[in-house]
Amino acid sequence: MIFFDSVKLPSLRSEELLNEIFPKKEGTREAYGETLLELAENDERIVALSADLAVSTKVDKFGKKFPKRFFNMGVAEQNMIDFAGGLAQVGLIPFVSTFAIFASGRAWEQVRSVAHNRFNVKIVATHGGITVGADGATHQANEDIAVMKAIPNMVVIMPADAVETRFMIREIVKYDGPCYVRLSREKFPVIFDHNYRFKLGKAHVVREGKDCVIFACGLMVAHSLCAARMLEEERIKVTVVNVSTIKPIDEETIVKYAKICGRAITVEEHSISGGLGSAVCEVLAQKCPIPVKMLGVKDVFGVSGTAKDLLKYHHLMPEDISQAVISFDS
Amino acid sequence: MEVISFAMKIDFARSAPKDKRFFHGDNFPCTVVSTKVACIAFLSRVCKIFSMEEAALIPKGERLEDIAQDVRKKVVKMIYLAGSGHPAGSLSCTEVLVALFFRVMRHNPRNPNWEGRDRFVLSKGHGVSALYAVMAKCGYFDEDLLWKFRQLGFPLQGHPDRLILPVLEASTGSLGHGFSIAAGIAAGLKIKGIGANVYTLLGDGEVQEGQVWECAMASAHYKLDNLCAIIDRNDYQIDGKTEEIIGLEPLDEKFKAFGWNILVIDGHNFKEIFKAFDEFKKTKGMPTVIIAKTIKGKGVSIFQGDDGNLRFHGAAPNFEEYKIAMEELGVNSEEL
Repeated sequence: MIFFDSVKLPSLRSEELLNEIFPKKEGTREAYGETLLELAENDERIVALSADLAVSTKVDKFGKKFPKRFFNMGVAEQNMIDFAGGLAQVGLIPFVSTFAIFASGRAWEQVRSVAHNRFNVKIVATHGGITVGADGATHQANEDIAVMKAIPNMVVIMPADAVETRFMIREIVKYDGPCYVRLSREKFPVIFDHNYRFKLGKAHVVREGKDCVIFACGLMVAHSLCAARMLEEERIKVTVVNVSTIKPIDEETIVKYAKICGRAITVEEHSISGGLGSAVCEVLAQKCPIPVKMLGVKDVFGVSGTAKDLLKYHHLMPEDISQAVISFDS
Repeated sequence: MEVISFAMKIDFARSAPKDKRFFHGDNFPCTVVSTKVACIAFLSRVCKIFSMEEAALIPKGERLEDIAQDVRKKVVKMIYLAGSGHPAGSLSCTEVLVALFFRVMRHNPRNPNWEGRDRFVLSKGHGVSALYAVMAKCGYFDEDLLWKFRQLGFPLQGHPDRLILPVLEASTGSLGHGFSIAAGIAAGLKIKGIGANVYTLLGDGEVQEGQVWECAMASAHYKLDNLCAIIDRNDYQIDGKTEEIIGLEPLDEKFKAFGWNILVIDGHNFKEIFKAFDEFKKTKGMPTVIIAKTIKGKGVSIFQGDDGNLRFHGAAPNFEEYKIAMEELGVNSEEL
């Protein structure tokens, strides 16, 4: 890799096409902050915590409105997570927010402890993946899904857009058990409308097509849908599945479309190792072995850049996805 | 799918075993989403309910010193039978645990979910054998379970596990975690307007964990004056003396600098122990730490000192050592 020459990235057709298909963009963390505030109005059990990132994780308004129910724990994530466990132990519902790398990495063992206790803690981690952008490697979590899903009792979910985020946050209040929700820094294209319903544990089939199935999560759902549109021009019809619950994964839907399509692509804003792709492969290898191409960050640390450029740099654009489908057999 | 059905699986007690075995067959482990019903049903099946006329927990005619001695005997025996455990560090904190459960804490073994109860979190999770012996003696569960300590299929796990033994407040074992959980419980109780206290016991080696200091800072910042940490200052950790590995002193000054009320006592002297807890209850606006100076392996000479620590921090005595230990605790070889 050349460090001191500017990296030339082509302008891509999908950049315009995405805006065409999804004219609206909305931040998942903003949607979370708003939803949390709404929920807290009517549910005294909800409390919130952050590790000096209340503003970035959008729980600052919560803190101002409900000062007695908000704990800024400072730059001390390990204590924060177990402390939240203690709050949950007396019957409160703590929403803990910090960046994905700190929530899942710095405090991994504490999350494990929460899971071992089955404390009803909701870890809503923002700034997942490479779209964190210019802050660079230390702040771009590409391993969080891998390390969170390895823990028993954890529910691991990643919404595809702000609409799904709102439903997800409401759903997890009803679920009794520890959750890890991975949100973003960037605003995501809005895919769903008010008719959408999020079901914990259920993968959502956004479009169907027999030639290939694309299992995606987060921002990659929008990118996959854009790729699907581009593939239609080549008369290739693909299924796009939004696997927003990575753990417990919807084995039934995965196997069903594996059988129909015979080949699968997995794509995520995460390492190709250990994340959604691995979760899908764990199912398929055992229940319905078909060829799978895994797209994601190729086992490298992130670098600084704009979100837009980094998505191109790491080959996570709709073109990369459609190319993977087209060249599947080669 | 597993996780979801997990969450829906509430009342363990409905499928409770006929004998005292907690797990049955393929449903290992049977975990519980603790509900009041499940807990009491569990207790009623497995536990011998204390048939007391009044609420006092101290059995008639027994002094606290006697109870402590009895606890020590049980700790050694249960570890010997298990073939593993942490004898020395369980014997150093015996008096503190006896004081807490038999005098200091407001709690009711017959109503373990009582919202107003004082809570205890064993942050030094490896001291669990002492906690089990004390809790059994209080009436939380049948003392017979002690002899199945650490055995596959039985509820007394090698380190506290609250899903498998719901009368425990938290699962601990990895050091530092219990302290933070206790602080969270203390904060939660304040939010809910419940005037109960939270007690947590730490090891001295444990204090080397960074998380402990994160928690100390936060607890003082949030003025958790219903939180009392006790440090089992037995001067040893696994690899040797704390001061030779990573020195902790001046430990009292460190906590003072972090905004805590500090008390330093002889951890084997009940009078000093009670005085310290009384001080804690009177202290407002800041959490309290009681640095209890103790002897690791107290009660059994061969468990003490450099050699004792090396051999008995985390291992069970063999039969010969067991005989010697129990003799010293007042149990003749014939009674073993």
